[in-house]
Amino acid sequence: MKEKSLWKKITGSREVSLVIVLIVLLAAVQTLSPSFLTATNIAQIFRNNALTMLMALGMLCVMLTGGIDISITSTLAFSGMTIGLLQKYDILHNTFLLFLIGAVIGLICGSINGMIVAKGKVAPIICTMGFMYIWRGMAYVISNNAWASGQDVAGFSDFGKDGAIGPYIILIIAYIIFFVVMKWTKFGRQIYAVGSNKEAAAISGINVKKTITSVYAIMGMLAGLAGVLSVSIYASAQPNMQYGKEMDVIAACVIGGVSMSGGRGTVVGTFLGALIIAIIAKALPLVGISSIAQNFVKGVIILAVVVLNVITQRTMDKQNLSRREI
Amino acid sequence: MAEDIILELQGITKIFPGVRALNNVHFQLRRGEVHALMGENGAGKSTFIKVITGVHAPEEGHIYFNGEEVHFKSTLDASALGIAAVYQHPTSYDDLTVTENIFIGHEIIKNGIIQWRQMNKEAEALLARLHANFKVTEEMGALSVAQQQMVEIAKALSTNAKIIILDEPTAALTANESEELYQIVDQLKAEGVSIIFISHRMEDMYRLAQRVTVFRDSQYIGTYDVDQITEAELIKAMVGREISDMFPKPEVTPGKEIFRLENLSRTGYFKDICMNVRAGEIVGLTGLVGAGRTEVMEAACGITKANSGKVFLDGKELRIKQPVDAMKAGLILLPEDRRTQGLIQTWGLGRNVTLPIQEELAHRGFNDEKEERQLAKKYLEDVDTKAVSIFDLASTLSGGNQQKVVVAKALAQKSMKVVIMDEPTKGVDVGAKAEIYSIMGDLALQGYGIVLISSEMPETLGMCDRIYVMCKGRITGCLDRSEATQEKILELAMEQSQKEV
Repeated sequence: MKEKSLWKKITGSREVSLVIVLIVLLAAVQTLSPSFLTATNIAQIFRNNALTMLMALGMLCVMLTGGIDISITSTLAFSGMTIGLLQKYDILHNTFLLFLIGAVIGLICGSINGMIVAKGKVAPIICTMGFMYIWRGMAYVISNNAWASGQDVAGFSDFGKDGAIGPYIILIIAYIIFFVVMKWTKFGRQIYAVGSNKEAAAISGINVKKTITSVYAIMGMLAGLAGVLSVSIYASAQPNMQYGKEMDVIAACVIGGVSMSGGRGTVVGTFLGALIIAIIAKALPLVGISSIAQNFVKGVIILAVVVLNVITQRTMDKQNLSRREI
Repeated sequence: MAEDIILELQGITKIFPGVRALNNVHFQLRRGEVHALMGENGAGKSTFIKVITGVHAPEEGHIYFNGEEVHFKSTLDASALGIAAVYQHPTSYDDLTVTENIFIGHEIIKNGIIQWRQMNKEAEALLARLHANFKVTEEMGALSVAQQQMVEIAKALSTNAKIIILDEPTAALTANESEELYQIVDQLKAEGVSIIFISHRMEDMYRLAQRVTVFRDSQYIGTYDVDQITEAELIKAMVGREISDMFPKPEVTPGKEIFRLENLSRTGYFKDICMNVRAGEIVGLTGLVGAGRTEVMEAACGITKANSGKVFLDGKELRIKQPVDAMKAGLILLPEDRRTQGLIQTWGLGRNVTLPIQEELAHRGFNDEKEERQLAKKYLEDVDTKAVSIFDLASTLSGGNQQKVVVAKALAQKSMKVVIMDEPTKGVDVGAKAEIYSIMGDLALQGYGIVLISSEMPETLGMCDRIYVMCKGRITGCLDRSEATQEKILELAMEQSQKEV
């Protein structure tokens, strides 16, 4: 086979094109605001976006099967509020156990989503919309619309306070696990198979319902963990926490090249997508774009990256087609 | 010689990046002629049609319409001259009515208002001309494929088409429906319409065409009078080599029974299905489309659920809750629709082949990619798949090659005892067809039981030891190879006295 030209290599891989976007973005910000790329700032970027980055992994799995989950920040609030209250009323203060409880709550929430989507054949956006209200409502009900304050969660919040390594470790471990699972395990392969072609996957002996239920359960578990992490990072629990942030998670995946119709997307792409969103949020104020214009700029950048994605995908498809013997 | 030529193409060359899809091809169509266009998949027929209909502009060559040179800038130019194409898969709108589909794009409008009454009337007239027996107010999605095709033809007629191109019109039709289509074509011919049709079925060509033009590897091979060329000569022209035996049915003495259905029923689909298959036997399951053949086998394999009845494999009753149970037991279905059920189009061939066995090969949840690659390569070579590597995407393969990949996928499953092939040669060109038949023969020799679901008479008669015929969800008869004829099968397939399910 002929060597691919450099241009084709670049346009032929989505991850490479995302890295280029990232470099251009960083260079632009760095020129306008030379104090941007410092260790402190970079650490801040990851800490501030740890929740989005963590949940993006679950959203990747869900979207790979052709689904979507918009109930995640409600699950997050329910789980976070629960462990906040456990501390407020001095029932439990063990950090590990609190994380475990949050994860289990999320796992249960997600499993219910998954079963309804997989067995009940309800459209994912409808099903998770219902639970978006239900879990958020539960967060309000159990807390009676009161907060768990910084004092209540003192001690526990050391795990995620500014300068602590807790959130970074969780992120690194999660990304390593997902990278390995999606790339090299049979479960990863099954997710891609189900997302690429449900019927063919079923005829090939893959338990499609189980796979779909699992991805929502995993998504829920990550949202539950994110709830606990959120309490520790922001040192408080409120029923309205992270309200509306599920769109950032979905946007991170979409920018990272995860297809809304399933079957396409990688952990590396998701990471780059989440990073681009994170950098935009951090950089805009630094380069003097006022906060009122931030959403506008964010939208423009998301669309620009997605258009680039589409072009990349077309080029890839064309390259594949031109190999076809005619 | 006063030949009345309506369309002539000379020296057409069409180049796509990296490929010459058409290389200096010629074509000539007389007024009121039915002209067959034949060749293997990828020979350039589709590209050629797209040149005629103005989708592609050729790099070289001339197109003459009624003796005058024309240049098509878009499909509109071609349709303005009265050239219309009817594609294999009707490109219609399922939720719209027949009238709406016929007049889509050229609705009758007066003063900005759509003239429904007039359009319905004209649509009715068109359908009457085609002897269609459905209403113009019916939704397209509610019609059978054959009826949808009629609507497509009516659509072509509604634009006053002088030349109608039929792309594999009989591929999705039963013998009966094909006959109806033949009659429509005959009638259009009598009305002076010229017809170009593409088909892999020899029967179509013999029945309809006066002349046949053959393409091979993007080249023009020749134009022949149908009554002056033998089938063997024609196949040689298409394939480029001689195929000595189209149906290499091996002489196998059937072993013990390995697959049996007992009174399998599914409400609304089929009832009381009893059949058996012995080792090394090729058993046909035929009938009209919609008789329930695919549905029976899907239920046997656990893809849908039967209401009652039993499935036996190797003498043991199978308890099937989901497709994987049947697979593990050794009952493998090669689905009819390679595109949507057989293969994951966006994946490489290797991954597709090993998808059903990746779970067995995996160690502690991790895929054994090395082993997978080796096995995939072995099985793909066993069935002689034509591809550059196991990493080629399934979507880049021709229909025949995709079918071979589906077979390789079945072979990879060591548990396989019985393999059910649902229309394995549908849309496959003649060369690849012969190869698939020879693979079937090999499987029979190795002692597998084979069920062949097929609407194609020649292959059913040519390959099967026994043939079960279904009609309206019931088995109406079982014919032995020695006694089976086309007439007997048709008679059983169309028995009217049967009760509905």
